Amino acid sequence: MTGSLAIRNAKLVDPIAGTVTEGNILIRDRNIAMVGNFDIPAGIETIDARGAFLAPGLVDLGIFAIDMPAFTAGGITRAALMPDQSPPLDHAALVQRAAQAGKPDVWIHPLAAATKGLAGAELAEIGLMKAGGACAVATGRSWIADSGVMHRLLAYAHSLDLLVIAHAEDGGLAAGAVATEGEIATRMGLPAAPAIAEEMAVARDIMLAKQSGARIHFRQLSTAGAFDLVRDAKRRGLPVSCGISPAHLLLSDLAVGGFRTFARLSPPLRCEDDRKAAIAAIADGTIDLICSSHDPKGPEAKRLPFADAEPGMSGAETLLALSLVLVRDNVIELPRLMALLSTTPARLLGIAGGTLAVGAEADLVLFDPDKPWRIDSDEMASRAGNTPFDGLPVQGKVLRTIKGGILLS
Amino acid sequence: MSLPFPHRHLTGIYGLQPHEILFLLDEAEQWITLNRSTNKHDDRLSGLTLINAFFENSTRTLLSFEIAGKRLGADVVNMQVSASSVKKGETLIDTAMTLNAMHADMIVIRHQSSGAVQLIADKVDCPVLNAGDGRHEHPTQALLDALTIRRRKGRVAGLIVTICGDILHSRVARSNILALTALGAEVRVVAPPTLMPAAIDRLGVIPFTDFDTGLDGTDVVMMLRLQNERMDGAFLPSPREFHALYGLTPERLERAAPDALVMHPGPMNRGVEITSSVADHPTRSAITEQVEMGVAVRMACLDVLTRHRRGIEGWA
Repeated sequence: MTGSLAIRNAKLVDPIAGTVTEGNILIRDRNIAMVGNFDIPAGIETIDARGAFLAPGLVDLGIFAIDMPAFTAGGITRAALMPDQSPPLDHAALVQRAAQAGKPDVWIHPLAAATKGLAGAELAEIGLMKAGGACAVATGRSWIADSGVMHRLLAYAHSLDLLVIAHAEDGGLAAGAVATEGEIATRMGLPAAPAIAEEMAVARDIMLAKQSGARIHFRQLSTAGAFDLVRDAKRRGLPVSCGISPAHLLLSDLAVGGFRTFARLSPPLRCEDDRKAAIAAIADGTIDLICSSHDPKGPEAKRLPFADAEPGMSGAETLLALSLVLVRDNVIELPRLMALLSTTPARLLGIAGGTLAVGAEADLVLFDPDKPWRIDSDEMASRAGNTPFDGLPVQGKVLRTIKGGILLS
Repeated sequence: MSLPFPHRHLTGIYGLQPHEILFLLDEAEQWITLNRSTNKHDDRLSGLTLINAFFENSTRTLLSFEIAGKRLGADVVNMQVSASSVKKGETLIDTAMTLNAMHADMIVIRHQSSGAVQLIADKVDCPVLNAGDGRHEHPTQALLDALTIRRRKGRVAGLIVTICGDILHSRVARSNILALTALGAEVRVVAPPTLMPAAIDRLGVIPFTDFDTGLDGTDVVMMLRLQNERMDGAFLPSPREFHALYGLTPERLERAAPDALVMHPGPMNRGVEITSSVADHPTRSAITEQVEMGVAVRMACLDVLTRHRRGIEGWA
């Protein structure tokens, strides 16, 4: 039978039902045709999962570069591309082109630049970019300093029913900073901004979102104060959500010791108390999703003095393995983790994915959550190995990535 | 057998044990004597090439290292790269690799970015000496200051040292805090809140924003140079206001111990952070002596760091 594929003997992780069950899955014409305990029809190409876990493919909200080998290695089947490209994605034609870049493999969902040239001043043609395939609007790497512009952006995006993805860092406080204010930055003599730069930005944007009625998503939050604000906003029923990267869950600013530029991130690494607050915010549901913030950078951008290096880490292929730490540490259960990595980002963006439902597109990841390996920046599938986790032994390996029923690995 | 100074490079005071700092100070003493004699020459670095690679403008420190190298008989080459022509680090690493390929035996580096010297030290085969990197460290300045204090006061341990000025942007302050606290001094730092780094107390110092309080009974007053660009309203309202609140005047100095020492790493902004009559005070001011100790300390560092290369018994 052509266009059919079966996977048997798998542990099916259903993030929506919150269950892990043993069973099979049958894919027909790119879609999931059958799930559960059934007899696989004869003559169909079948993969024996040998008890490995099968879950919806990862949906990565906020990547900075299209890096197919890294996505495939990381079990990512859909990725939302930040508008911070060259040139910025502030025009419908650029959005359309970016949307085609990944097909038929990993699908790229471009995020429309909120303002022209991402300069934070004039609204970009958001409506036309939506028609061109943009699934949400993003402010890019930087904060929109002008509250009037941000207010108008939120109101305008709301009228188009588009999610606004914001970078939360007060530009005045964070100007020139490459680290979080504190003992480490002081010892190293690095320009630093107080952690409240994030909280202040979140406070303003929540107020503006409430005023305009818009849905707002903070792409990466990292401080206790910001999590408190989001927790409170959710309690008040506001459509506010936030994400985090594994780096901010697992590392504190101690990691920048020795001027390691692979640990130069945006937002910068925070103190240990903020890291613990992030774990608590995962546990209580304040954090909605985990993203890789994939940003491969070569030596020309990283083999520099710390403050001169560009921020960002190559994170796609380590996203699952690093996130699995949360399950092993009993912070959350596996189905919940897969919701953070696939179902919720897909729902927020309004795109397919994140489900094992019959009829859904067969975007899947088969993985062994216990398989040990060592992260090695010289051996990465990504186009650059700039990871602060270089040398770290981890558990959890992607075995197969399946997009629309096609085996990518 | 453990070496009295087991480090390949001198990138900072951080990581040095108190006895290692004292070893360098002890080694410097002999060079003070030599430098005061008529024949100021020693041949121990003969045949070795010392490169002073300065990516940031400097007159005094560069001169001090050049004299130190020449008095020990090294072939000294100065490379001054203006900040505008080399800004990006790949060029920095390329430059370092070039110096390495020329078989430098010792490289002294000054750079405007914190951590730049460590970056180069990790890539080259010879010892690297930090002559100031960004706002991170300036270890030979701290050593020469400690030596000056020790010679004037007979000790460092137990003294109260007050460092005043732009602590936030100062590598001199960071290295001095590390060295002086390691040697047992009580270190106070005084700065306006806009120029005081966060969590500075975690480095074992007592912060003050009021200069008069910070001066109370202190044994050593170390003033820092205030860069002109800090006084344009961003960090400080004006030089005049800074002088009124944080300038070291004869009246203010009265609050310190009667025999308190006055120090400044230079170059001074007379009338801003320090009044001329204080800077030039015949008995209290140690400012010119600091310059003298600078050459001796740098000679000691060059000698000690090249002992392994020179095959000195016990170091090779």
